[in-house]
Amino acid sequence: MSVVGQVFGNPELYASTLAMATPLALPALGGTFSERTGVVNIAMEGNMLVGAFFGVMIAAATHSSWLGLLAGALAGGILSLSLAWAAIRLQADQVVVGMAVNLFAAGITAFLFNTIYGPNGTPPNTPFLPTVTIPGLYQIPFIGPILGQQNVLVYIMLLLVVVSHYVLFHTTLGLRMRAVGEHPEASDTVGINVARLRYLGVFLGGLLAGLGGVFLSIGLLNSFDVGMTDGRGYIALAAMIFGKWTPLGSLGAALLFGFATALSFALQGIGISSNLVAMLPYALTIIALTGLIGRSRPPAADGIPYAPTK
Amino acid sequence: MSTLEIRHLRKAFPGVIANDDVNLLVQSGETHAILGENGAGKSTLIKMISGLYQPDQGEILIDGEARRFDTPRDAIHVGIGVVHQHFMLIPALTVAENVVLGSELSKGRFQRSKTEAAVAEISRSFGLPLDPSARVRDLSVGMQQRIEIVKALYRKVRILILDEPTAVLTPQETRELFVVMRQLKAEGIPIVFISHKLEEVREIADTVTVMRLGKTVQTHPVAGTTSAQLANWMVGRDVVFSDHPPASTGIGDTLLEVDRLTVLDERKVQAVRALTFAVRAGEIYGVAGIDGNGQTELVEAIAGLRPVQSGVIRFQGRSLAKVGVRGRLRAGISYVPQDRQRDGLVLTFTLTENLMLRDLSRPFSRGGFLTRKAARQRAQELLTEFDVRPDNPSALAGSLSGGNQQKVILAREVASRPKLLIAVQPTRGLDVGAIEGIHRQLLRLRDEGNAVLLVSLELEEILALADRIAVMHAGQIITELPRDQADIETIGLAMTGERRAAVTSEEGST
Repeated sequence: MSVVGQVFGNPELYASTLAMATPLALPALGGTFSERTGVVNIAMEGNMLVGAFFGVMIAAATHSSWLGLLAGALAGGILSLSLAWAAIRLQADQVVVGMAVNLFAAGITAFLFNTIYGPNGTPPNTPFLPTVTIPGLYQIPFIGPILGQQNVLVYIMLLLVVVSHYVLFHTTLGLRMRAVGEHPEASDTVGINVARLRYLGVFLGGLLAGLGGVFLSIGLLNSFDVGMTDGRGYIALAAMIFGKWTPLGSLGAALLFGFATALSFALQGIGISSNLVAMLPYALTIIALTGLIGRSRPPAADGIPYAPTK
Repeated sequence: MSTLEIRHLRKAFPGVIANDDVNLLVQSGETHAILGENGAGKSTLIKMISGLYQPDQGEILIDGEARRFDTPRDAIHVGIGVVHQHFMLIPALTVAENVVLGSELSKGRFQRSKTEAAVAEISRSFGLPLDPSARVRDLSVGMQQRIEIVKALYRKVRILILDEPTAVLTPQETRELFVVMRQLKAEGIPIVFISHKLEEVREIADTVTVMRLGKTVQTHPVAGTTSAQLANWMVGRDVVFSDHPPASTGIGDTLLEVDRLTVLDERKVQAVRALTFAVRAGEIYGVAGIDGNGQTELVEAIAGLRPVQSGVIRFQGRSLAKVGVRGRLRAGISYVPQDRQRDGLVLTFTLTENLMLRDLSRPFSRGGFLTRKAARQRAQELLTEFDVRPDNPSALAGSLSGGNQQKVILAREVASRPKLLIAVQPTRGLDVGAIEGIHRQLLRLRDEGNAVLLVSLELEEILALADRIAVMHAGQIITELPRDQADIETIGLAMTGERRAAVTSEEGST
């Protein structure tokens, strides 16, 4: 009882879960927008990485973590347009292009990092995104330490999940985005501009993934390191699939995976291999895809380029 | 009250003229049928009217005003509503979402309850009951078609075009559709009804325009026509009988026996109904009929591609019930499918590779390894023999014209010297030279003592080749005649489902 109680009874585990879930939930949300319009987006890892780098760079240069946040998100969005252009205009294979974007992002951020900052790394006085304490909430026992004091981007993430859910499922724009991802030809025959909505979906995906990267570099830390996303873009992809291509589902999956990460930290002292726990997200995703727990069905036209007939 | 007029419309694709000098006048408030066989150019015409294709020449006039549709949106805008044969619905969305998609009540928030009420109102006022909140993927084909019609009505349709609407429906659903069509007509909405089914055209349409080989050949009030007349216009009366090839010299033993065969189509409707016939060695057995009367299902059942519901297929006296496709090939049954691009060739492979596909054993491989040189040599021989152009074994199948692709398939199938060759529409869309070449090969196969089961929608072809002729209608063989007793009148009439005892001589079909 005592060891288990120490681990699971500690609110810090759950606070850490929420923090660990944030850099997964944001790109998963982004992937949801992209894939709902029909573009498979495995480039989240790359979008996150440029988001993380430019977040630090601009924050350090301007001494404003908010400008860093903006720059990081935009960097992710702009990079994602290369995937959008190749996938929509050139009708290229989306997985191959996504992979190329990831490799490009890894290369360019390493190059810029080494060129600009050299062996000393990013300036130690780079500002963090602020941590927010919600007065009333924070005083509540157990719940308070979990929900009442988090990085501001955690709260932004939660807000974005709700907004995304509303946009996708309760607005005309969302209906059209989903229609385009399910059946572009039918959407075309009722006068919907398929390409425009797909660009929008991929761009939103890049913005959100970039924001995920920003959380890593100036949310949790105030520095950049080469390859610091460490595969989170792919775990986010898994979270999106596990969450059935919905914002709320993505958040749920991100929390589950975040919990696994937080748990692996907590268990380190007890002698359970953290590598074992780190496998969990992928194992769960495979289970989700095989349909053992409610089959996860992608948008019907996900990954299929649309070529209008003339 | 709107009218649709088409003047001298023409559309050509590389190598084919799909529409040529098409003329049509649909008056306000009438149901106007466009009747024609598959490949007569009906779909191309519809695609031009709906803005999916742009005509090369000619005009489309709505209420006397010439219109140009660059996109489907333009056509929707002037009030043209098309219910495509393949529905343009999104299965994952609800009925109401599908109906309003692209023309939603408002931007911003999707007004679900208001939208559903609006859709329910339209469906009620036109007698098309629908549940607006149901998911499309859970609905039957008939219901989905209804959604398409409601979709057009929601967009204030002025001219409704139904492209082969009954092709996917059960008989009951067809009756319901006709009730709806009569109601729409009563509302004054002109309907263009595309079909190749004579009975349906006669039942529902006021006027009929017949298309053949890309042209409109006749426009006539339905009231003054007979089925036989329609069939003749559709199939083409002015058929010239080219020199009859010599009749079969030696009829041998029965090779293929089909005994009370019943086969279902995709909709689980009986497409072939307790059908019986036999094909003997040394003859070409021709199956005529209007498209969609069970020919496809019959042939696929014999080839082993479609399950048999009841009845028996025997080959050389042995039941094929437990024999798979490969076993049938080994036994000597060859099949030249109708859709050669889809089912017959791998378009991205070379001709040599395609010729090898059927049988990879000698001379194409040894011990699991391909023998490229021998394969190429054999391919070269076949290409020369069958007059394929270009006769280059390394050319990609996809680079050949349709006629030459068909020759490649035929070369592959005939080269294996099958005891029974099943050929469906073997010369469809080919030029005269290619047709002659293929006919020669079929006759040669027959004269070598093999059997050919020839299914064709072109009566001319059947009459030119077959030793015995069967006419299929509604899944049954309605008439079977030796060639010397067959004439176009008799067969044309039988194709419409009318069977005159005087003409059908039972003893004629030994």
